[in-house]
Amino acid sequence: MARMKFLCDAERCIECNGCVTACKNTNDVPWGVNRRRVVTVNDGVIGAEKSISVACMHCSDAPCMAVCPVDCFYRTEEGVVLHDKDLCIGCGYCFYACPFGAPQFPQAGAFGLRGKMDKCTFCAGGPEKDNSEAEFKKYGENRLAMGKLPACAEMCSTKALLGGDGDVISEIYRQRVLKRGRASDALWGWSTAYGAPPKQGATK
Amino acid sequence: MSAPRTVIVAAFVAVASLGLAGCGENQQVTVYKQGKYQGKPDTKPWDSPEYGGDQAKWERAIETRTQGQNEYVRIGG
Repeated sequence: MARMKFLCDAERCIECNGCVTACKNTNDVPWGVNRRRVVTVNDGVIGAEKSISVACMHCSDAPCMAVCPVDCFYRTEEGVVLHDKDLCIGCGYCFYACPFGAPQFPQAGAFGLRGKMDKCTFCAGGPEKDNSEAEFKKYGENRLAMGKLPACAEMCSTKALLGGDGDVISEIYRQRVLKRGRASDALWGWSTAYGAPPKQGATK
Repeated sequence: MSAPRTVIVAAFVAVASLGLAGCGENQQVTVYKQGKYQGKPDTKPWDSPEYGGDQAKWERAIETRTQGQNEYVRIGG
């Protein structure tokens, strides 16, 4: 059985925010809620700027599930972490626990009242009848039930953002890195990710 | 037993049973079991009308879509 995961290739992401737009449009995400966003480091620094698209990573051992006081989270057979909005009390514990800032809370009232948690569903809906009005209203589109992958990954113009079975997308990424053919970091691009190796004879 | 007496006894029994039913204390709050999902059950993606429970067909569709993200497969490389 597949373990659904996202993988973002920072070498390819061009910060177009196409993934963010695709997510917003597909799931009719309310104003002020960002299920997905693009994070850029070294913005404007030529040659050093890197962007990465971030959302819920559907962790195998999800901290949000561990801290939820009402246990409204569940993991599907495909490894997608979802939650029941009818049970959520909007306490915000999951937001503090999540290392990616994935849980979002819509403003539910005039005085900044926190609504029920909303997050990326890997376009897998939630505990309602597949692609029913109730499911769309609460969780967005259930593309997995249609045999499709998340809209963000499928809409990515440079295919920087990959979504699907973790083993399959890791293999796609591995092929890419091999094709790029960097001399010093032939396999996984470690020097790209963690900085260039120190020069010969350089002092620390 | 006369008819009016039967009616009175029947009425008493009915009122008593209703009254006793009111004494029953049913659980009216959610009982949380630590670490166990408490929400509604969800269906499998292959149980949708498109796939009608055919898991293998759904997995093939997802595999095709996933490989569609690999341009070395899609357009050759």
